[in-house]
Amino acid sequence: MDLASLTITNARSAIQERKTTATALAEAHYAKIEKDDPQIGAFLTLSKERALAKADEIDRLAAEGEELPPLAGVPIGIKDVMVMRGVRTTAGSKILGNYIPPYDCTAVARMETAGAVVLGKLNCDEFAMGSSTENSAWRPVRNPHDLSRVPGGSSGGSAAAVAADMAVVTLGSDTGGSIRQPASFCGVVGLMPTYGRVSRYGLIAFASSLDHIGPLTKTVKDTAIVLRTIAGRDPMDSTSAEVPVPDYVAELEKPVRGLKLGVAKEYFGDGLDAEVRSAVEAAIQNLANLGCEIVPVSLPHTKYAIPTYYIVATAEASSNLARYDGVRYGHRARDGRTLSEMYRRSRDQGFGAEVKRRIMLGTYALSAGYYDAYYLKAQKVRTLLAQDFAVAFQKVDAIVTPTSPAAAFKLGEKVDDPLAMYLADIYTVTADLAGIPGISVPCGKTKEKLPIGLQILGKHFDEATILRVATAHEQAA
Amino acid sequence: MKVTERDVAYVADLANLELTRQERERMLRDLNSILDYIDCLNELDTTQIQPMAQVSSQDATTPGFAGASREDVLEGLRKSLPHEVALANAPVTDGTFFEVPKVIER
Repeated sequence: MDLASLTITNARSAIQERKTTATALAEAHYAKIEKDDPQIGAFLTLSKERALAKADEIDRLAAEGEELPPLAGVPIGIKDVMVMRGVRTTAGSKILGNYIPPYDCTAVARMETAGAVVLGKLNCDEFAMGSSTENSAWRPVRNPHDLSRVPGGSSGGSAAAVAADMAVVTLGSDTGGSIRQPASFCGVVGLMPTYGRVSRYGLIAFASSLDHIGPLTKTVKDTAIVLRTIAGRDPMDSTSAEVPVPDYVAELEKPVRGLKLGVAKEYFGDGLDAEVRSAVEAAIQNLANLGCEIVPVSLPHTKYAIPTYYIVATAEASSNLARYDGVRYGHRARDGRTLSEMYRRSRDQGFGAEVKRRIMLGTYALSAGYYDAYYLKAQKVRTLLAQDFAVAFQKVDAIVTPTSPAAAFKLGEKVDDPLAMYLADIYTVTADLAGIPGISVPCGKTKEKLPIGLQILGKHFDEATILRVATAHEQAA
Repeated sequence: MKVTERDVAYVADLANLELTRQERERMLRDLNSILDYIDCLNELDTTQIQPMAQVSSQDATTPGFAGASREDVLEGLRKSLPHEVALANAPVTDGTFFEVPKVIER
């Protein structure tokens, strides 16, 4: 079976037409995982029993000649920050090493209801804090295109699993670029939907005003199918939006001719690798040849996005991670003699270095005397960053940029320099802060055969347009 | 240096972290370097700018971002977890309660 060419559409129709079975697809993927994942490290936990039960259910439907649901028998993987009832969920952290959730994340439940078969849980940076997946408490993930390099992060396992044909589709989460940057590094498609487009219920919280769930896939069409499946209001998440969900797949058919695409000079400045620049410029030229109008725009506050992000995200994280105290679930230190000592030691032993660093930074930014100087200041600059996009989107329908300033870096290259690691997200964080959607699509390779990503940013709730531009780019490439 | 050793100890205390001596030294260095970088935000005059706490507050007129409240209902949106399920992940329990080190001395 050629796993590389499997997409949602052809997997489902092969099962519907009885050319294969959902069980055979799941087993072929498990065999691939068994063979290749020891080198890559994408999966943390396999949910075989649940996967094979779902596959069997699909196979029975197919045998009865029933019309199969849209994701019938599609083998998928879930980033280990989304909870699944009865399946160990760690968020890449020792503090949740033995955590068995009692409920399902809405996005995962919607995927399963649509027929998807969940193979297992995917490796990530601890609590999704990182840009290389080297902050996983369990093991780093390696880039399938070059095992000496990182897959990006924090959804590194999600991106690597799709790139290595160990899953057809995966779900990741994006707080500062954690879907798009690894998608770019691994040569797959990754979408961060608008804030509120997809329910966050069952997503282990990192920074609640910035967290998004989204798909990583091989094709733009598969991303459209997944978005149609997981988008929409969920009463369990009060920030999920009451906005109708369009048929994103049908929207792909519309032509791109006449669309106005913004190009911001702030995304093409110092620090942008020359090969990435020329690949992205060539892609923009291709889109122009297809009839898109290229319009220069300015996003003047861009350089303030990373510092703003590292205050807002860490402040929210310091509050969200206060719940890990060793009382109700998670790791508990055995040597705490008092309640307070038990809390501290449980957290000291359970959290890794980057998580502690962010909790400390966030706590500092929120502490008496520093709140105005850091947290409030960052919230105000966040307004300016959002306004930059609002002004630009009065002139254009979408904005095209590189996803990351360079292709995948080597393992160990940035681990000792938190600032250098933070700058890997320089082109992705602003969209999280503004709440707008963004997609990364493959855009050629460097001389060293490393994937490059093109990022397309859109207006609030206008995923349809960025998917349309992404498809046009995919077909022109 | 913005952050001193005393600040690190104070903030660790607020964050319920103990941190080893080595971790504190590293934290002192990292926090100062990150905060130095973050200082560039002061280049911007934001006196007239409203803070943005979340996307909905920025764009409240968009219908999608409006519905962030709901009626308070007694049972909530789903029933509470059954007792044994709620205790299933507890590190230490007597079967009825979560057990913790003694809090009150008498």
